Amino acid sequence: MNRKYSENLILILALVGIVLLMGMVNGRQFFQVSNLQAMAFQLPELGILSLAMMITMLTAGINLSIIASANLTAIVAALILSNLLGPDAAGSGATAVSLLAIAAGLLVAALVGLLNGYLIAWLEVSPILATLGTMILLQGAAIVLTKGYVISGFPPLILFIGNGKILGVPMPMIIFTVCATVMAVLLNRTKLGTSIYMFGSNATATHYSGINNRRVIMQTYLVSGIYSGVAALIMMSRFNSAKADYGESYLLMTVLAAVLGGTSAAGGFGTVSGLIIGLIILQVVSNGLNLLRVNNFLTIAIWGIILLLVMIANYYRNQYQQKRRTA
Amino acid sequence: MKKFFSSYENFVLLAIIILAVVITAVNPNFLTLENILDLLKSYSFVGILSIGVLFVLISGGIDISFTATATVAMYVMAVMLNKYGGNMVTAFLIAGVIGISLGMINAIFIHYFKIHSIITTIATLNIYYGLLTFFSNGKWIYSLPPWFREFSQVRVLTLTNAAGREFGLSIITVIWLVLLILAWVILRYTMIGRGIYALGGNPVSAERVGFNIPRLQIFVYSFMGLLAGIAGVVLTLLVQSVAPNSIVGKELDVLAAVILGGASLLGGVGTLRGTVLGVILIATMNNGMTLMRIPPYWYDVLIGMIIVISVSASAYQHRQKKYKTTVIEVQ
Repeated sequence: MNRKYSENLILILALVGIVLLMGMVNGRQFFQVSNLQAMAFQLPELGILSLAMMITMLTAGINLSIIASANLTAIVAALILSNLLGPDAAGSGATAVSLLAIAAGLLVAALVGLLNGYLIAWLEVSPILATLGTMILLQGAAIVLTKGYVISGFPPLILFIGNGKILGVPMPMIIFTVCATVMAVLLNRTKLGTSIYMFGSNATATHYSGINNRRVIMQTYLVSGIYSGVAALIMMSRFNSAKADYGESYLLMTVLAAVLGGTSAAGGFGTVSGLIIGLIILQVVSNGLNLLRVNNFLTIAIWGIILLLVMIANYYRNQYQQKRRTA
Repeated sequence: MKKFFSSYENFVLLAIIILAVVITAVNPNFLTLENILDLLKSYSFVGILSIGVLFVLISGGIDISFTATATVAMYVMAVMLNKYGGNMVTAFLIAGVIGISLGMINAIFIHYFKIHSIITTIATLNIYYGLLTFFSNGKWIYSLPPWFREFSQVRVLTLTNAAGREFGLSIITVIWLVLLILAWVILRYTMIGRGIYALGGNPVSAERVGFNIPRLQIFVYSFMGLLAGIAGVVLTLLVQSVAPNSIVGKELDVLAAVILGGASLLGGVGTLRGTVLGVILIATMNNGMTLMRIPPYWYDVLIGMIIVISVSASAYQHRQKKYKTTVIEVQ
């Protein structure tokens, strides 16, 4: 418990430092209500995708297919909407069709999760390869379904998911809060959560303590798939369109957010609270770079450098802790 | 016959033969010497990269930053050649040195800071590519020295087809073949080669037997970098222009070829024969799709399906073997 607190404390201090820095460099723009609100709209989709990434990293796996599965989800939902509603998206049965599209999209995401889980748990394919394969497969399917075009124009209910507000709180933020809470409860208060942490630390020991490892992996990737589907709904709503290659740069960002928040790539460690602080740091830095008009490609390079720096810091912290333990 | 099918590579060979028969039945142009030599020339780029990826996979790691390495190498090479002049040797030298340096950076993070190779190379892919695009403003380079263009048309062997047009074995294909032989010698006859297999099979035992693990890892990733640099030059020879964004994102095609060839991410397994067959299978499929007039957007679906099926099959085989006995695989 102490370790958790000290980790989050370091992160919070880093966050405070970065916010102060932003305030000093460009305070007028940064603290504007419109800017803060823009951040509140941007953070959730990356946040939910990061949760999808994190849960697989806890089991010492990785899910490279989250972006592809999100795009496929959005495309399936978009195709249902455009085929059943026609060009004027405000027809009479719009609500029913919207709900159908959402359900179908989430079903696709869940099936993708089960496919990943099956490959990894039953066929014992390594998670990198399995999800790499499904990633290419899903990308291909998305391109075949759309022939590379954009599908756009959605009814109000779909648009509300990404752009609406309830009592002044952006709808995506509400969805993200629900997703994060569900994930936190799942990891900390359920048998599955405990099994996931145990599996990530030592799969053999977990097996011998009577846990069905295969079921744990199946459920992990199922949850990961569904979360990528939820993120897809927010994305398609915010862009008011669906396309095969949206959000490609998100893959790096989700790994970065998870690692920054203290999730170990070797499995077994990581918390939702850490991830959220990591996300906020990312969002603030990204927003700051944007306000300073830093070149997009330079920003990508900076993300890469930050990821490596965080990993190096983790390495030294682990060494320090090990030394203290053996001393 | 039973022995033939016990080797995974022979399955790939069989798949290539079946595919070739089907394609030829639809379009007889496929099985002509001209088409095959053309195919070998245009797949030299993927072929050279796949050798490096094979080394990394055998050692138990993974590298997806090589497309960025190749891009940086060929861009810097083109800029320097245009500015200071030079010849083919300096071209390969510049690209090779850049490739080795970038590969070594990967190795340092992976070995000395114990960062998982996939995370390291996701990061360095974005760093190399981001910085290159930032400093070059994403500008394409079209003008290359005339001798550079001439070199790309050199043929080691020249033949004439029925219509009287000349074709033959390109120098570019020969570069690939030479590198293949070099890699084969390293893997088979040197301590480094045996060490790479040992490292991938079981790092702890490899260290206890006395292999120098840091040196092996630095070698593997630098070699990958060197090949990426050479592949960058080869690509420039093939297309006669340099674009910062032309190959980043294509790393999965190369990885697919190597995985199809039987290398496993668990390390310690993989052969050059398999990798070459994997490249040929992908080339055949791609060329076949064009010759059979299948819309190109089906390409990813097919590749994805083949990867999922082949990794599943080899993982399943591995699992069966594991339950039966402990197997040490040697090329």
